[in-house]
Amino acid sequence: MTHPPYLHPDYASTVLRAPSRQPLEMKEDPEAAELTGPVFGHGEVDALDADLTTGHAGEPLGERIIVTGRVLDAAGRPIPGTLVEVWQANSAGRYAHQRDQHPAPLDPNFTGAGRCLTDDEGRYRFVTIKPGAYPWRNHPNAWRPAHIHFSVFGTAFTQRLVTQMYFPGDPLFAFDPIFRSIPDPAARERLVAAFDLDVTEPEWALGYRWDIVLGQTPMEDA
Amino acid sequence: MTTPSQTVGPFFGFALPYAADWELVPEGHPGAVTITGVVLDGAGEPVPDALLELWTGEPGDRGALSREGAGVSGFGRCGTAPDGSYRFRLAPPSRPYAALLVFARGLLKPVRTRVYLADAPDPLLGSLDPARRATLLARPEGQDVYRFDVRLQGEQETVFLEF
Ligand SMILES: [Fe+2]
Repeated sequence: MTHPPYLHPDYASTVLRAPSRQPLEMKEDPEAAELTGPVFGHGEVDALDADLTTGHAGEPLGERIIVTGRVLDAAGRPIPGTLVEVWQANSAGRYAHQRDQHPAPLDPNFTGAGRCLTDDEGRYRFVTIKPGAYPWRNHPNAWRPAHIHFSVFGTAFTQRLVTQMYFPGDPLFAFDPIFRSIPDPAARERLVAAFDLDVTEPEWALGYRWDIVLGQTPMEDA
Repeated sequence: MTTPSQTVGPFFGFALPYAADWELVPEGHPGAVTITGVVLDGAGEPVPDALLELWTGEPGDRGALSREGAGVSGFGRCGTAPDGSYRFRLAPPSRPYAALLVFARGLLKPVRTRVYLADAPDPLLGSLDPARRATLLARPEGQDVYRFDVRLQGEQETVFLEF
């Protein structure tokens, strides 16, 4: 099972928000609106939006990183021209969001939101800083492992995916009910980026590689 | 192997909303309708931090993101207000329904449903008993306004779909 269930009581917010019934399995319908999806034009996305370290008066604090990979369909084919959106905490683990009350400093030079369209080979690439871990109130002494939130469209509304990318070797994985909501440990690992020296740019930024696969793959129903 | 879903979390508000995101057509567009309602949790409380996405199935000629052009887009996005409410302004879709996705903190994967603007002959509607079918029917409420509430859990839980 790839995706987490709706109800995962260790993640307390699921208790009142998880549907109690199984979703209704749709019969095949080639006319279904969900088999198509929105198309985003190159003119709609500024190339500068893929660099989260620019656009402010100065440079953000933290470890500069490059995060890149491909968006693929379940058959392994690259999906070009699809919209990828990211958002994250700053290097101190604080979001530029008014409801984030974590007493860590905001960074005037970092907002933490970016977007891009995949290229002809389905590749996306962001320059950012490594986000910090942050506490939350799910249970006593709860901390989220460092992560970048990703939103990806694909070619059909059925492929729509919102998820989180993690960093290799994080000691918080063992304690995080959101990461652990994915039942299959092998599937959890698919959310962990790989450090990649070939992506790393000398004297500049560490590189991480992370591919995103949309849709069901055969053999792994639901 | 498919990438697993994770919750959108509580802090997407500075990143995912964009200007006129809920306006699939500009104000004053002839024939435009508004779909509005609230998202409720299993206790009947409003969900103030949900993100909804609507897709009519037709891309149209208005930018989905930039909202340039006076025409029609098939895609919209709307974060809920503190009272759990959302809204979309759109041209009536050619199908009897528009597809809807709801993301929120506490949803490890989105729920997907359909907003039917008419109780038309339809394989999905036809397969449901009246009480369940009613959860998919938007209720006309004043001129060109349709009311559609999303109940995530409980007695009158919205019918959610899986493809
Ligand atoms: Fe987060």
